[in-house]
Amino acid sequence: MEGHAGTRSSLVWAVNLAAALMVLLWTIPTFGLLVTSLRDRDQIAASGWWKAPFASEQTDFVRAGTATDQVAEGEMWVISGDLLAKGEKLLAWGTNSRNPGAYAPGLSVDLPNAQNLTVTADGTYRLTSPTQFTQTTGMRIFITTLTPPRFTFENYTRVIGAEGLGQAFLNTFTVTIPATVIPILIAAFAAYALAWMEFPGRALLIAAVVGLLVVPLQLALIPLLKFHNDIGLGKGYMGIWLAHTGFGLPLAIYLLRNYMVGLPREIIESARVDGASDFQIFRRIILPLSFPALASFAIFQFLWVWNDLLVATVFLGNTREQLVMTGVLRELMGSRGGDWEVLAASAFVSISVPLVVFFAMQKYLVRGLLAGSVKGG
Amino acid sequence: MEQFVLASGTIVAGVFGCVAWFWGSNMVLDAVYPARGHRAGHNMRVAAAVRPWLFLGPAILLLSAYLVYPVLNSAWRSFNDADGTSFVGLKNYQWLLADGKFHESLTNNMLWLVTVPALSTIFGLVAAQVTDRIRWGNLAKSMIFMPMAISFVGAGVIWKFIYDFRGEGLEQIGILNAIVVYFGGSPQTWLVTPFWNSFLLMAVLVWIQTGFAMVILSAALRGIPEETIEAAILDGANPWQVFMRIKVPQIWGTIAVVWTTITITVLKVFDIVFVMTNGEWGTQVLANLMYNWMFRGAPDYGRGSAIAIVIMLLVTPIMIWNIRNARREMR
Repeated sequence: MEGHAGTRSSLVWAVNLAAALMVLLWTIPTFGLLVTSLRDRDQIAASGWWKAPFASEQTDFVRAGTATDQVAEGEMWVISGDLLAKGEKLLAWGTNSRNPGAYAPGLSVDLPNAQNLTVTADGTYRLTSPTQFTQTTGMRIFITTLTPPRFTFENYTRVIGAEGLGQAFLNTFTVTIPATVIPILIAAFAAYALAWMEFPGRALLIAAVVGLLVVPLQLALIPLLKFHNDIGLGKGYMGIWLAHTGFGLPLAIYLLRNYMVGLPREIIESARVDGASDFQIFRRIILPLSFPALASFAIFQFLWVWNDLLVATVFLGNTREQLVMTGVLRELMGSRGGDWEVLAASAFVSISVPLVVFFAMQKYLVRGLLAGSVKGG
Repeated sequence: MEQFVLASGTIVAGVFGCVAWFWGSNMVLDAVYPARGHRAGHNMRVAAAVRPWLFLGPAILLLSAYLVYPVLNSAWRSFNDADGTSFVGLKNYQWLLADGKFHESLTNNMLWLVTVPALSTIFGLVAAQVTDRIRWGNLAKSMIFMPMAISFVGAGVIWKFIYDFRGEGLEQIGILNAIVVYFGGSPQTWLVTPFWNSFLLMAVLVWIQTGFAMVILSAALRGIPEETIEAAILDGANPWQVFMRIKVPQIWGTIAVVWTTITITVLKVFDIVFVMTNGEWGTQVLANLMYNWMFRGAPDYGRGSAIAIVIMLLVTPIMIWNIRNARREMR
């Protein structure tokens, strides 16, 4: 490698740059939504999330007081008041929607009928007229303001309460935990039989499991819904637990068998010689040794069930109380398409748990992926 | 609260039920065919023949009910009418061949099938290669891998925000349009512009799958014997040649595995299309078309099942390839 010393440092630079670029491209989408979920509602609509740390310029109008607000000052009738909310800074103002930023703060402008409007930099306005005001709706004063950035957890409290995401969060947990735990045991026993017991038809069964790995879920929907109705399960948690268990089993058996087959033969043989039954070998030796594979599968299944939309849509009811989080999110995308504060906060509530699991257990996830794909595939 | 009692109860009952079955059935077997007495040899042979099926029983039962039966049942339904009451032969398939939406879905699925595995694998390969050579590689890997944990629906929200459109002259809050406007273009209604919008949906899946490809390919790259690379460098190969001529050919097998695994995901792609465009503006795909026929308006289970069978047929070659690989490895 020494021969390339000259080109090497520039190569190192290029590699670092390429990695940084990819990381940036792959994280920006999520990061953008995260920032958005923490911004004030009006500011989300006023400027892109990348401008979040800066004060944002907003153009809006405020209605001046009506005839009932006027006071007489000598010869003049006067309506006055304040246009700005706390923290806002006035950049420009106007009286016409076609040119909302026509005048600088502090200017005095003549209006028809000898009226006069003054807006000062601190946001107070003074509308004067030689004749008495009669209007019942106040005139519109357009203001362009500079609003300081505002970050808030309001969006989160709102979606968890009012938008029903809190309930959906509980529902998702209710679906996910049993659907993760139950397949593990069933698959572990089956995997042991396929790995360490001799019986006719074993190779065929393993081939069947590999084949079932890729069966599209779509095929299962209608037949299983009918089946659940026939045996009286209908739509509900019991049905979805069973469905997820069934759908998760091929991967579980496959991963666990691949792992168990690799365990040292001598341990199992010597246990057999010592008179241990298969059941004892499984419980005392195989199960504890297979912990990494069990963890891998548990993470896969957890992520898969938590993130699933299709199975939940079909096997659970679709009222607000029964929806899981992906279901609520989908519904919000339809009904609240433009309310990004609601969508962003909801999306983050729903992906927070998988992200925590992902970062905490990444080692097992990677190990499981490698066992599932590289060895067999 | 009630559902938590139900859920905890199910976990306990499920785990306890499994343990009870495996433990109890083994006990019964040992009691009926004890490995002692004058027929010990015979008993042991019978018990050894029966025991695997006790271990496999629940799994076989569930797999048959939740995967094998539905495939057969769907195949049968695809030859029946809308509510599954009378046999109509190939009528549903004839309808499929003539249906414009089916053609659109099939074409789109083929586009997905070419684009997503190719881009995911290439990006994954590049990511694996560069992250293996830098000091902060593990951090970079985590970041690129992260979208894997995000649901398709969550990813749909994230990317819909990127493609967000405001009228011309308004402040763009979608980053894609903001970039277009910054460089002097006019904002586009990305998701409703046919043909290219399909590719914008594919971008979401590529974003998710690249991390998967990277993790697996990175392991394969690290498994390449160091000597082959050193020999190439001594012969004067530049880094690009080392990568393309030495490394890539040695991991073809793994690339094929990654490619087929992503292909399976692509064939079943549903959520992304479902939540982002619902198959409108020319973005329909098979899985979403099937969902429409099965659960929207007046359901037609015959046609829905026929589409499901088409998806199954598309998956079948990979399924056979996988089985053959697995068998070869067992030998």
